[in-house]
Amino acid sequence: MSEQNSAATLAGPAPTGGQTPPDKTPSAIGRMLGGSAGRSLGLVIALLALFVVGTVTAGDRFASFENVLTIIRFASIIGVISIGMTFVITAGGIDLSVGSVMGLATVVATLSWVQDFATSTSWIVMVIVALAVGAGAGLINGIVIAYGNVVAFIATLAMLVAARGLAEVLANRTTQIVKEQGFLSAMRGDLIGVPILIWIFVVVVVAGWFLLNRTTFGRRTVAIGGNLEAARLAGIKVKRHIMYVYVLAGLTAGIAAVMMLARTTAGTSTHGTLYELDAIAAVVVGGTLLVGGRGTIMGTVLGVLIFSTLTNVFTQNNLSTSVQAIAKGAIIVAAVMLQQRLANRSRARKP
Amino acid sequence: MRKAFAGVRALDGVELTVLPGEVHCVLGQNGAGKSTLIKTLSGVNQPDSGEILWNGESVSVADPVAAIQLGIATMYQELDVVDGLTVAENIFLGHEHARAGVTERRRSAKEAAALMARLGHPQISPSREVGSLSAANKQIVSMARALSHDAKLIVMDEPSAVLDSEEVKNLFRVVRELTAAGIAVIYISHRLEEIREIGDRITVIKDGRTMATNLPVATTPTAELITLMTGRAVENVFPPAPGVPAEAPVVLSVQGLGLAGVFSDVSFEVRAGEIVGLAGLVGSGRSEIVETLYGARKATAGTVEVDGRRLPPGSVRAGVHAGMGLSPEERKSQGLILDEPVYRNVTLASFGRWAKLGMLDERAERRVAREQLDALELRPADPDRPARTLSGGNQQKLLLARWLVHGTRILLLDEPTRGVDVGARAEIYALIRRLAEKGTAIVVISSEIDEVLGLSDRVLVVAEGRVIHTSNADDIDEHRVLDLVMKGTAA
Repeated sequence: MSEQNSAATLAGPAPTGGQTPPDKTPSAIGRMLGGSAGRSLGLVIALLALFVVGTVTAGDRFASFENVLTIIRFASIIGVISIGMTFVITAGGIDLSVGSVMGLATVVATLSWVQDFATSTSWIVMVIVALAVGAGAGLINGIVIAYGNVVAFIATLAMLVAARGLAEVLANRTTQIVKEQGFLSAMRGDLIGVPILIWIFVVVVVAGWFLLNRTTFGRRTVAIGGNLEAARLAGIKVKRHIMYVYVLAGLTAGIAAVMMLARTTAGTSTHGTLYELDAIAAVVVGGTLLVGGRGTIMGTVLGVLIFSTLTNVFTQNNLSTSVQAIAKGAIIVAAVMLQQRLANRSRARKP
Repeated sequence: MRKAFAGVRALDGVELTVLPGEVHCVLGQNGAGKSTLIKTLSGVNQPDSGEILWNGESVSVADPVAAIQLGIATMYQELDVVDGLTVAENIFLGHEHARAGVTERRRSAKEAAALMARLGHPQISPSREVGSLSAANKQIVSMARALSHDAKLIVMDEPSAVLDSEEVKNLFRVVRELTAAGIAVIYISHRLEEIREIGDRITVIKDGRTMATNLPVATTPTAELITLMTGRAVENVFPPAPGVPAEAPVVLSVQGLGLAGVFSDVSFEVRAGEIVGLAGLVGSGRSEIVETLYGARKATAGTVEVDGRRLPPGSVRAGVHAGMGLSPEERKSQGLILDEPVYRNVTLASFGRWAKLGMLDERAERRVAREQLDALELRPADPDRPARTLSGGNQQKLLLARWLVHGTRILLLDEPTRGVDVGARAEIYALIRRLAEKGTAIVVISSEIDEVLGLSDRVLVVAEGRVIHTSNADDIDEHRVLDLVMKGTAA
């Protein structure tokens, strides 16, 4: 019970600036544990535990700088998609189409006329095309959801199916090789010993964190996910913002498509199959509320890293992908249960 | 039947005794520990110390199922019915009549119909979907469920909060029938008038302690009850209305406003510094009128002008931009982002103002929010606390703070004191009047007619989606308003 207003309320209203009572603010540590850092703590512990397991079972093969880069590179594509997904889920929505939109973007960017145009101008053209396809698909999702009043689950499910189909038609069910050498040499290189793919991931994470926590865009996203009606009645343009959020998710799928092209040197309609589920799992394990209103970029990053480290540990120990999948499922449930417990405890600690 | 408590977490020595067939009222301000008391009785919370005596025997109510088996049923404030199920399915939820897992629909329907008849609502069909019922009828379903469990004690947590005066009368009739059959009722309410009408004895709790128990309803003076609840005496609840100067400009002008099927032809003006009240029953269209002029619903007829400039229909943004602010009827579901900190709730309508190139200035937001918290004496004045943890009165102040920060000149207040305790109410009334004196134009809606009359300069009486009467608040009394409402509704 938090009310302490009996005596204060009857003291009669003062015109301005009443006395502030002694604050019962929780201590800095209490606040940290109750805040996102506390929620991420369990994830950090889980990640460290996986590293210990990896080091013990696979030794130097696991615990090397190269292998750590491998883990992060493996995480980077799903990671970028997951950042977009974090925004969508924080706003109270869901986007099931990101995987197939990414596949579509790889196909469109590698169409022969696009590649020819890129060769005659600049490789950037391929990047722009991929981003435009992603953002465009996101825009369609956003319009259908925000203005067409279609439930996000259904609208993006439709996009999942349709984008995959369109990609198959465009690619004629073939794999389109990236011939544009400028693109490959630019995207497959290193920068101070770290692959470009990882740099892209890092930039997206930093930009995502900033956007969610430090900008009016992020504030609106959290407000809409926390209470759509309250946001609407406060004068926030709710529909338009929801549309933007899906555009953002589509854009991250476009970025992921560029990364996928760089990694595999090919565009095909099967790229990104089931990526939406990996992204949702990472976001939810990271501590973003599935019902919206609270999102954490750091949590999402940790969630993605946990899954990619797990895969790496299993691969290093020559365990099958089937066993991996079982472990993944267990981790999702365990992590969410642990978080609920932590969240309840931090709530109970508040007076 | 006797219950005694001592030292549940939020409770610190609560004691009350309930007799069969009595209506035992529990009075207390928000946060006094009423909810915790209910949760302890219904098995949601466990007492740290003390005991519950049931028919003279000490019992432990380990969980809600145990409570139901004992015969303690609880009607929560947020009605706990499932909208997608039928009336009969809701009543027998958790104890369905079934043979080998197959539900016996006919038997359920028959018993449900009998229960509805017993509760005086034979017109509610057992096969009706609960989502299509009014709040009042949902409450009847909830009560029928309690009876289906053969409850000996029914705990009602502010059952009248969602009801208008007609429906409250029916509720009382049902409660009287229940008690006549020997069922005990613990009745929790803020409204003293109601307790006077329905209650037998009163227990007052404050800060988790029993202040007084077994007070006879008939002979305990109101002043004494308020003193017990608040710790001091309350007088002059409504601030004096100084009158609006004739030269005050018209700020808000509504002409012929209508929303197809809900209300029509609503016209009125509000001048700077004037408080206009809308009186009427729940469902008369009051809230819809205000929501429509705000732009939250798209008007199908008429115009809304602010400072002589016409607003496009159906645009909240335009309304807010022109200087309007709405404090909605349902604070929690329409007003607040409960898990977000207080300061972000305060700046929800204006955080963009301090942002540079889309980057938030949270320091400025906290500072501005803190200034408002201090000015409105919002307690606790901690901008970082989640809005959920504030009491009803303080949540209401938070919504006022939001619009004050935004610089709103026209405040639309829908049920500004719903769920606000007696002491905090007086403070909110004073606050509203103070804002008017500073030149804010205010429109107030309330189900409590005395509140509308006491607070407003001018009153519009609404019935069946029409304004049926307009007069100065001083020239009309509660009886006249009720009379108008009844006639208007009958017509």
